[in-house]
Amino acid sequence: MKLKQRFKKSLPKLVTVSPVSIWLLILIAIPLVYVLVISFASRSPSGGIEFAFTLENYGKLASADYLKIYGQSILIAFFTTVISIFISYPFAYHMANSSKTKRTILMLLVIVPFWTNSLIRLYGWKTILGTEGVLNNLLMDAHIIKEPLNMLFTTPAVVLGMCYTLLPFMILPLYASIEKLDRALLEAASDLGAKRIHSFFHVTLPLTSPGIFAGSIMVFIPALGYFFVSDLLGGGNTMLIGNLIKNQFNTSQNWPLGAALSIVLIIVTLILVKIYTKVGGKIDDLGVA
Amino acid sequence: MKPMVEITNVNKYYGDNHVVKDVSFSIFDGEFLTMLGPSGCGKTTTLRMIAGFEEPTNGSILVGGENVSDKEPFERDVNTVFQSYALFPHKTIYDNIAFGLKMKKVKKEEIKERVTEMLSLVQLEGFEKRMPSQLSGGQKQRVAIARALINRPKVLLLDEPLGALDLKLRKQMQIELKRLQKKLGITFVYVTHDQEEALTMSDRIAVMNGGILEQLGTPDEIYEKPKSKFVADFIGESNVFEARVEEVQKGALSLRTETGTVTAKNDACVQNEIVYISVRPEKLQFSEKEVEGFHLTGVVKEHIYVGSFIRSIVVLQNGFEVKLNRLAGSDLPPVASVTNLYWEKEHAVVMHSRQHQIFSLIDNVDLGEHYETETAL
Ligand SMILES: Nc1ncnc2c1ncn2[C@@H]1O[C@H](COP(=O)(O)OP(=O)(O)O)[C@@H](O)[C@H]1O
Ligand SMILES: [Mg+2]
Repeated sequence: MKLKQRFKKSLPKLVTVSPVSIWLLILIAIPLVYVLVISFASRSPSGGIEFAFTLENYGKLASADYLKIYGQSILIAFFTTVISIFISYPFAYHMANSSKTKRTILMLLVIVPFWTNSLIRLYGWKTILGTEGVLNNLLMDAHIIKEPLNMLFTTPAVVLGMCYTLLPFMILPLYASIEKLDRALLEAASDLGAKRIHSFFHVTLPLTSPGIFAGSIMVFIPALGYFFVSDLLGGGNTMLIGNLIKNQFNTSQNWPLGAALSIVLIIVTLILVKIYTKVGGKIDDLGVA
Repeated sequence: MKPMVEITNVNKYYGDNHVVKDVSFSIFDGEFLTMLGPSGCGKTTTLRMIAGFEEPTNGSILVGGENVSDKEPFERDVNTVFQSYALFPHKTIYDNIAFGLKMKKVKKEEIKERVTEMLSLVQLEGFEKRMPSQLSGGQKQRVAIARALINRPKVLLLDEPLGALDLKLRKQMQIELKRLQKKLGITFVYVTHDQEEALTMSDRIAVMNGGILEQLGTPDEIYEKPKSKFVADFIGESNVFEARVEEVQKGALSLRTETGTVTAKNDACVQNEIVYISVRPEKLQFSEKEVEGFHLTGVVKEHIYVGSFIRSIVVLQNGFEVKLNRLAGSDLPPVASVTNLYWEKEHAVVMHSRQHQIFSLIDNVDLGEHYETETAL
């Protein structure tokens, strides 16, 4: 009787929630489990998967060559994150303090490029940065430089592409946190004798730090994995963790190793999100775009 | 007494919305002045102009004899207690209270000393390390007051500081605030829409309505001698009659209301002028026989026991309900009987009206509920 009642009560929930659950199950949970399983399998000589439990793949991850790539990738992701913060914060701050119409326009400016394939937009950067590219031609014509600069296929070019691709992920959580900031607190600070700069460092910055953290997670993690950015703008000179994973699934035909790498990346992500919620961040604020 | 704040011909527009209309008044040093009025009448805006968060569209504001027009809030010797408290949620109570002194680069030891002093002043010793989220509403309010007072401002501005507290706590805080103000001798400018609060706490009250300063005076003056119908209605309870001056004798007026004739003391009225007469419920009297100078009858509708007194409702011929307060145990005419009403002529307050059309409205309003519409006049 009781069970029946409880079932009846939760039935509407089940009906509405379950399609989503099934969807998530098919698209996310099952592939994830599959990746997890093959990360403990081994590569057959022909490039297939041999299902025999082994930790060998995880052992290989610590090799010196790989460690170098992790280091480089983390460095690139770090710079991408820091540069994104410095570009996004003033923008988000300005947006949050604008009139409603201006806000909408700025928001569209951030989001609309999103609707275009990022590969196409990165190709755009290629034509700008190349030796025969727009920027070099411009600088040469203006006689600022004599020789074309070597900008494309460098690590800074990769960082630039990363920042460009991931900027909205930084702007949106920052905007959300700045917009939420109670203006009365800034008035209170001013009332108590704080100049604008002091109000910023004592009130605005600490109270919007969850937004900075959220944006950093949203930028840092993809920056480790977006192999196509380094493919296009790094020309294969810069290896990211993402390239490493892609290569295992592609050229090396070593799916188990690629799977193990992916699992480690997922665990790192989960740890960062956990830290984020521990310091008071909200999962909802991460769920942008 | 010398004025601490001088507000002269101040106007404030938000776009086309004229929210503060040519307001001028002075606030004395050490005074507890309350701005009282219904919601939306421009109290907060006036306060924010003194604090420096808003700029007057025109007019001048002086604090301590100095024009503050082009001074930022952080340059003014004025501090604010916000209605929402506005405590810094990421700082401890200690750091919240110390904030103003830190901004002024006061030495650490002195800050510590003064914070401790403030905490004992608002009776929050031992709360230094707590976060604002761990405090009750009343405690947060005290922190907000301590945080403002530690700067030893010339003027403390308080915008409905007790609005969010429950009745009992509010009464208690009213007394504490008044005590604090007396002890420190700091000028308080207090905003409220609660007339009772204004009457109990203030040295003087500035009654505002629709952006206009209606009357400025001591609680006594405001209560006993309202200068406008609005003030009579808004402060306490009153029966307000509209009447025409029939006859001006020496010292007394004979007045005609829609339902009969009444008498009041002359207060610079001329014949045929339209006036409002305000009589407090406790000043209105029953009489079996007609009293000289009065011809005002009604039917007793009900007697309601309200604690120590009885509230009687009498319906006039035009359907209008008049309120009388009698001490419990007094002789009262029975319900449904016809009774004569009168008052001692010095108990009626006569207010000049700008109207010429008589009997458009005679009303009898409780507190301040209906004024939003009336401010349109
Ligand atoms: N920032 C603002 N922009 C536009 N109108 C405002 C603003 N602040 C207040 N007002 C308007 O000014 C009037 C007076 O407001 P306020 O001073 O807050 O009244 P009170 O404090 O007496 O309730 C109201 O009609 C309000 O809508
Ligand atoms: Mg207000």
